[in-house]
Amino acid sequence: MWEYSDKVREHFFNPRNSGPLEEANGIGDVGSIQCGDALRLMLRVEPETEIIQDAHFQTFGCGSAIASSSALTEIVKGMTLDEALKVSNQNIADYLDGLPPEKMHCSVMGREALQAAIANYRGEVWSDDHEEGALICKCFAVDAVMIEDVVKANNLNTVQEVTFYTKAGGGCAACHEGIEEILAKVMSERAGPGEVSPPPACPATPEAPRPPSAKLTLVQKIKKIEEVLDAVRPMLQRDHGDVELADVQGKKIYVHLKGACSGCMMEAATLGGIQQKMIETLGELVQVLPSSHMPVEA
Amino acid sequence: MDSSIYLDNNATTRVDPAVVEAMLPFFTEHFGNASSIHAFGSEVGKALKKARSQVQELLGAEHDSEIIFTSCGTESDSTAILSALKAQPDCNTVITTVVEHPAILNQCEWLEKEGYIVHKLKVDKKGRLDLDEYRSLLHERVALVTAMWANNETGTIFPVIEMAEMAAAKGIMFHTDAVQAVGKIPINLKSSKIDMLSLSGHKLHAPKGIGVLYLRRGCRFRPLLRGGHQERGRRAGTENSASIVGLGKACELAMQHMEEENTTVKRLRDKLEIGLLSQISHCFPTGDVSNRLPNTSNIAFEYIEGEAILLLMNKMGIAGSSGSACTSGSLEPSHVMRAMGIPYTAAHGTIRFSLSRYNTEAEVDRVIATAPPIIAQLRKLSPYWSDNQGLGGPAAKPGAAFTPTYA
Ligand SMILES: Cc1ncc(COP(=O)(O)O)c(C=O)c1O
Repeated sequence: MWEYSDKVREHFFNPRNSGPLEEANGIGDVGSIQCGDALRLMLRVEPETEIIQDAHFQTFGCGSAIASSSALTEIVKGMTLDEALKVSNQNIADYLDGLPPEKMHCSVMGREALQAAIANYRGEVWSDDHEEGALICKCFAVDAVMIEDVVKANNLNTVQEVTFYTKAGGGCAACHEGIEEILAKVMSERAGPGEVSPPPACPATPEAPRPPSAKLTLVQKIKKIEEVLDAVRPMLQRDHGDVELADVQGKKIYVHLKGACSGCMMEAATLGGIQQKMIETLGELVQVLPSSHMPVEA
Repeated sequence: MDSSIYLDNNATTRVDPAVVEAMLPFFTEHFGNASSIHAFGSEVGKALKKARSQVQELLGAEHDSEIIFTSCGTESDSTAILSALKAQPDCNTVITTVVEHPAILNQCEWLEKEGYIVHKLKVDKKGRLDLDEYRSLLHERVALVTAMWANNETGTIFPVIEMAEMAAAKGIMFHTDAVQAVGKIPINLKSSKIDMLSLSGHKLHAPKGIGVLYLRRGCRFRPLLRGGHQERGRRAGTENSASIVGLGKACELAMQHMEEENTTVKRLRDKLEIGLLSQISHCFPTGDVSNRLPNTSNIAFEYIEGEAILLLMNKMGIAGSSGSACTSGSLEPSHVMRAMGIPYTAAHGTIRFSLSRYNTEAEVDRVIATAPPIIAQLRKLSPYWSDNQGLGGPAAKPGAAFTPTYA
C-alpha cells in the first residue's frame, strides 16, 4: 500500500467541504472516469471583493485524489481569486505533508480544477494541454510523456542528457532501461524508416558546436544567455527553484541557483542541462558555473 | 490485526502453523546441505525426497523427478518459456493470452523485443477464450503455448486440459501457470498432455520464495540457472530446504482440504457475493462466474474508485485488493478488466475478494454488513453519482452532467 502521510489519511477519512455547493458561481471540472480520477471544484465568490467565501468538491478517485481535493478547498477559502491563481500543485502536496511521487498528479488535478473554476467564474475559456504518461522515474516523478517531449524538443541522445534535462534517472537508476526505450523510439522516428540506429551504449561525446557565422557582441551574448535562462526557468520553478544570471567572464557564465535548486543533489545536473542549452544557443563552448565559484576580487 | 478479516488470499496466504512447525527443524538441527555425504546432509536429503513426493501427489504427476523446485512462480514461468525457445531453435513463436500474470506477459513482451513472435489470445466479456482462434494459430513454428489455469483477478478457469491436447496433436509444447489453481481445484497431470506447470508456495499456505516447475518426463529442457547438480542439473543452487519441506507439507494439507475448499469455502464465497450484490446497486461480478475458482469473487462497483474502497475497508479491518489504476501506480485499470471490455466506469472500481479455509461465516457476515455503507459514502463524494430523492443512481447522463475541460 502507498505510504500516505497522516495528513493525507486524515483528509481522506474526513474530507472537508465535500458535496455540491448550492450557490456556486465558479465551477471547474477536470479529469475523467477513463483516467481514474475526476474532480469538480465549486466556488462561491463574493463579486465585490473577489474573495472565495466557500469551496466544495466532488471527486471520483483514489485516496490521495480525495485528500488533495479536500486540502484544496481548505487552502483557497478566504483567498482572493488572484491569490488563488498562485496556488501550485506543490502547495497542495505540502499542505498534506507530501504525496508519493506516483500520486503527484492528484495535486496537479487540484490546481487545474482551481484554474478551471476561476476561469468559469470570470467567463473565460480555460484549456490545458494536460497529458500524462506512465511514471518512469519514481525518484523524481517524471513520466514517459514528459521525457519523450523533452527528448524530441532538445534532440537528446543519451540517458545522461535526459537526466540533465528532466532529472529522470538521476536517483536510483532503476529506470534507465525505460529511458533507453523512449530514446530508441524517438531516435528511430527521427531517423525515419530504414535508417534506424540504436541509442549509443555509452554517453556520446557532444558534437563539436558549429562556429557562429559572426561573433556575438557582449550585449547580444547576454541577451541570448537570458533567453536560455528564461526557457529553463519554468522547469526550475516547478520544483520551487529559480535561476538568475550573475556574471559573464569570457567563456564562464556564472548563475545564482535559488530556492530548492541550490544545494540540492541535482544542482550539478541542473547546471549541466543549462550548460548544454547555452552551448547549443551560443554556438560556442562555454562553462556554466554556480555564482559561488566566482573569483573573489582581491 | 487479530480481528482483521483477510480476503486477499490470491495475493498471498498465511503460512499454515503445521507448515511452520515442519520447517523449524531445518533452520536448527537439520541445517545441513543435502549434497553432503555426512549425516547432517542425509537427513535433509530424505526430507527433500518426501517433500517432492508430497508435491507429486497434489499434482497427480507420474514421477517425482518431474518436480523441480525453484525460487518462485515467476522463476518457474520464465524457465518454462525460455527453455522451450532454447530447446527448439527453429521455432520463433509463443502463444499466450491477454490476461496472463505479468510473470508471463512481461517476459513475452521482452521476447517480442528480441525478435520472437508472440500471439496473445483475446478473451470475451466473461474472460473466456475462443478455442477456434486458438486452433487456427497452432502451426509448426510455435515453440510453446502458455496459458494460465486460473486467473488471479477473476478466478476464471481456462480449459487447459483441452488446450494441451490440441497443442499435443500438433506436436507443440504446452505450459500452464497454475499458481492460482494448485491447491484450490483437483489436478491430475499424468492423465493430461500438459508438459510444464508452474506453482508458487505462498498461494497455498507455504512460505514466499519457493516454487515448482513441473516438467513432464521426456519434455525437452534447457535450464535457466546452470551450476551445481541440484534438481538433477535442471535448476542449480543449494536447495532452500526449509521452504521445500514447508511446501511439501502445504501440499499434503491442500490434498486434505480440497473437498472443504470446494464446498465450505465456495459456499462462503457465494454467500459474500450474493450478500453484496443484493444490497448494493450498480455493481456486478466480473469473469466467468459459472466456471471459476471456488474462493474468488471479483465485483465491479460502478462510479467509484477501487483504492478508495480498499482504504475505507482497511480502516474497518477488511483486506481485499483492486484492479484500479491507482493501486498499481499505473494509469490504466487492470489489463484483465480491459481485456474483458469492462467499461471504465466500472473497471476502476473492481474489488477482488479471495477467501481461504481460514475464513469464517462470521467474517463474511461482517463484510456483508460493512461494505454497503462504504460504497454509499464514496458514491456520495463522486461527481458521477447523484443522490436524487435519496434513491441514488448515476448522475443523469454522467457525460452531460460532468463536462471536464479536458478528458
Ligand atoms: C497467476 C500468477 N502467476 C505467477 C505469479 C507469481 O508468483 P511468485 O510471486 O511466486 O513469483 C502469481 C502471483 O502473484 C500469480 O497469481
